[in-house]
Amino acid sequence: MAPRALAIIAGALVIGLTLGPVTAVILRAEGWSALRPGDWQALRFTLVQATLSAFFSVLFAIPVARALARRQFRGRGALVALLGAPFILPVIVAVLGLLAVFGTSGLANRALSALGLPELTIYGLHGVVIAHVFFNLPLATRLILQGWLAIPGERLRLAASLGLSPRAMWQVLEAPMLRSIAPGAFAVIFVICLSSFAIALTLGGGPRATTVELAIYQAVRFDFDLARAAVLSLIQLGLALVAGLAALRLSRGEGFGIGLDRVVPRWDSGGAARGLDAVWIALAALFLLVPLATVVWRGVPGLVLLGPEVWQAAGHSMLVALGSTALCLIWALPLATRTGEVIGLAGIALSPLVLGTGLFLILRPVVNPVDLALPVTALVNALVSLPFALRILRPEAETIRRDYARLRAALGLTGWAWLRHVLLPRLRRPLGFAAGLTAALSMGDLGVIALFADPDNATLPLKVYGLMGAYRMEAAAGAALLLLTLSLGLFWGFDRGGRVGARA
Amino acid sequence: MKALTVAAALFSASAALADTPVLTVYAGDYITSEWGPGPKIEEMFEARCGCDLQFKPGDLLPRLLLEGERTEADIVFGLTTDATKRARESGLFAPHGQPLDALTLPIDWTDEVFLPFNYGHTAFVYNTERLAEPPASFDDLLNAPDDLKLVIQDPRTSISGLALVLWVQAVYGDEAQAAWEKLAPKILTVTKGWSESYGLFTDGEADMVLSYTTSPAYHIIAEEDRTKKAAIFPEGHYFMVELAAKVANTDQPELADDFMAFILSEDFQSMIATGNWSIPAALPRDGWPDGFKELDLPEKVLFYSEDEAAALRDTAIDAWRRALSQ
Repeated sequence: MAPRALAIIAGALVIGLTLGPVTAVILRAEGWSALRPGDWQALRFTLVQATLSAFFSVLFAIPVARALARRQFRGRGALVALLGAPFILPVIVAVLGLLAVFGTSGLANRALSALGLPELTIYGLHGVVIAHVFFNLPLATRLILQGWLAIPGERLRLAASLGLSPRAMWQVLEAPMLRSIAPGAFAVIFVICLSSFAIALTLGGGPRATTVELAIYQAVRFDFDLARAAVLSLIQLGLALVAGLAALRLSRGEGFGIGLDRVVPRWDSGGAARGLDAVWIALAALFLLVPLATVVWRGVPGLVLLGPEVWQAAGHSMLVALGSTALCLIWALPLATRTGEVIGLAGIALSPLVLGTGLFLILRPVVNPVDLALPVTALVNALVSLPFALRILRPEAETIRRDYARLRAALGLTGWAWLRHVLLPRLRRPLGFAAGLTAALSMGDLGVIALFADPDNATLPLKVYGLMGAYRMEAAAGAALLLLTLSLGLFWGFDRGGRVGARA
Repeated sequence: MKALTVAAALFSASAALADTPVLTVYAGDYITSEWGPGPKIEEMFEARCGCDLQFKPGDLLPRLLLEGERTEADIVFGLTTDATKRARESGLFAPHGQPLDALTLPIDWTDEVFLPFNYGHTAFVYNTERLAEPPASFDDLLNAPDDLKLVIQDPRTSISGLALVLWVQAVYGDEAQAAWEKLAPKILTVTKGWSESYGLFTDGEADMVLSYTTSPAYHIIAEEDRTKKAAIFPEGHYFMVELAAKVANTDQPELADDFMAFILSEDFQSMIATGNWSIPAALPRDGWPDGFKELDLPEKVLFYSEDEAAALRDTAIDAWRRALSQ
């Protein structure tokens, strides 16, 4: 089949899977609902926090990624993999980990009071932004690092032999690369933060930090006001679409031309830059790893309290994660184009509650939705991970298509031969990263399961919540540690697979 | 050939299963999880009914309303009073038909559709090692120094959060917003649900957490920890009850009736206290587990009927939202 046809099918599937459920909910609601006064405030807060969160995530990611791109040190690979961890933690676990560091009785405040300094409070808009940066800085760093590593070694060698100053290096190579990568990273993080609600509420300190997603949750689970849920979720979808289109317009990259896939050491890394890089890497590691360490620390005693049902749930979660990963990659390859990326954003922009409700309404007349709990979860996880996979794959996929177009035409490479000999080998690093991220995300997700829950096929995040709901906080911490370990294991495995032999 | 044998085996297995009547019970995750009362309920009821009780966990009312008349549910287990009005108006439920004279609730309960199985009250729970002198009344709490930190739940996303705003409404009436304004500086944060709040409290992030009068029972019985207590206020505490109901077009009406009767049986009632960490709805205090007998419980109980609650709900939430948004 022609690649174009495949792309159209993949795109239509995404659109069908997002608009279909919304339509089902609208039809069922039989009517529209006007917005309430509080909704405008929620909309404003949602936009402000998402913009700030995405801005700071990308801003701080630039020096960290740059430092990681030009340094080689022991444990660098482990650090890069660990940096992915916050992103894949269940929200509730990550929030407790963050508060163990930044909360009123957290490590930071204990250190401050030992020094006789006044207490800091995390609760407020700044807390929301800090939490979102904690979640998304690693993603932004990896996306941008990917861009740095995609600059062909030949260009760096040329820059070095021309004796370019760091400033000139920046102007000629790094700034153009960032111009093409950063807007997309900003857009994808902006869209994730749009639908944040438990983090925003808890760290925002109260109803000032109400987001649109909270209103959707209230409408679906509490008021059963489907009309309101549909209207709010369409607004959210619209905002995401605008962000995606804006990013697309802004990210006009030139590309650096074709290279020979050789890894070339960098020459611009001596002197003051060295110290600065070390500072950035240390700061990022400290900010991301200390809260994670508290999750591990508190989880260890709980590990012995876990019964067989938790391990069984862990097995289900692994199964779902692997299924989602395969599905997501097959879906992402034909969609790794500019238009494809905007379409893909719909997956995370649609409220998981509306998605779940809509799917339930669609499936219900045909089958018992509960029987499909795991396949539906895998499908939805793949859909939700698609924007990340596309963000990771698209820049390099486009570059390869452009750079090898002549070779392709000259040799008449098509279909499988093109995939096997040119595209896939060159996409190996981003593919590994995308697979790792999808697998890890799918381990942690429980967005749509509320209506589809199947007692015999529960997933691990559900067990974490179940334990907490039954006062078993210690065992819940143990289960959360298990979840963290498995997610990281999957992430590390795939990501490493993609980097074998690449020395990066 | 092999496939045929397998198919035949499967068919006969499902035929054998089909002989056993199935009672489908919708219940919340916290009920059906292995740490909730679900497995025990299933075991006890199956021992007496010769049937297969199947729990379907998940959202109760949203799911039932989505399914409407075509629902598979025979019983819905774990509804709360914030949902009963909507549930009643859906017309999906039938009268439970059980005598209510055995109930031991602190309020008069005459509902013919929704049958209580356990109850508790909203309360602020604290750690005696951290807070030696808790506020002695709601007024005391409002006037406490601002460094007393509370975590509460959002009334728009959580049942206990909604009960809290109704509690404040019941105590302070028209002055509810002023009361919230006094409370606002002490509220460290608001969480989506109970678990997040309670996790923050046990992590030592806050001095007091909005929970239930029965929460200390878990710590006493399961952990032998007597440092968690509920502060009892003379102004009264808001009553929270969990209910079961029979679905009107159930295909197992007799089994469903048996289940409703089972809920009020002594077996069930003696199990539910430590199963769901709540006070049994039809068991005199003498029959409670020891840890429950130790609990500090309020003398005065506040409660709005579902119609009153529905009428007050938006006002109460709005007072909360306005005061805490300033």
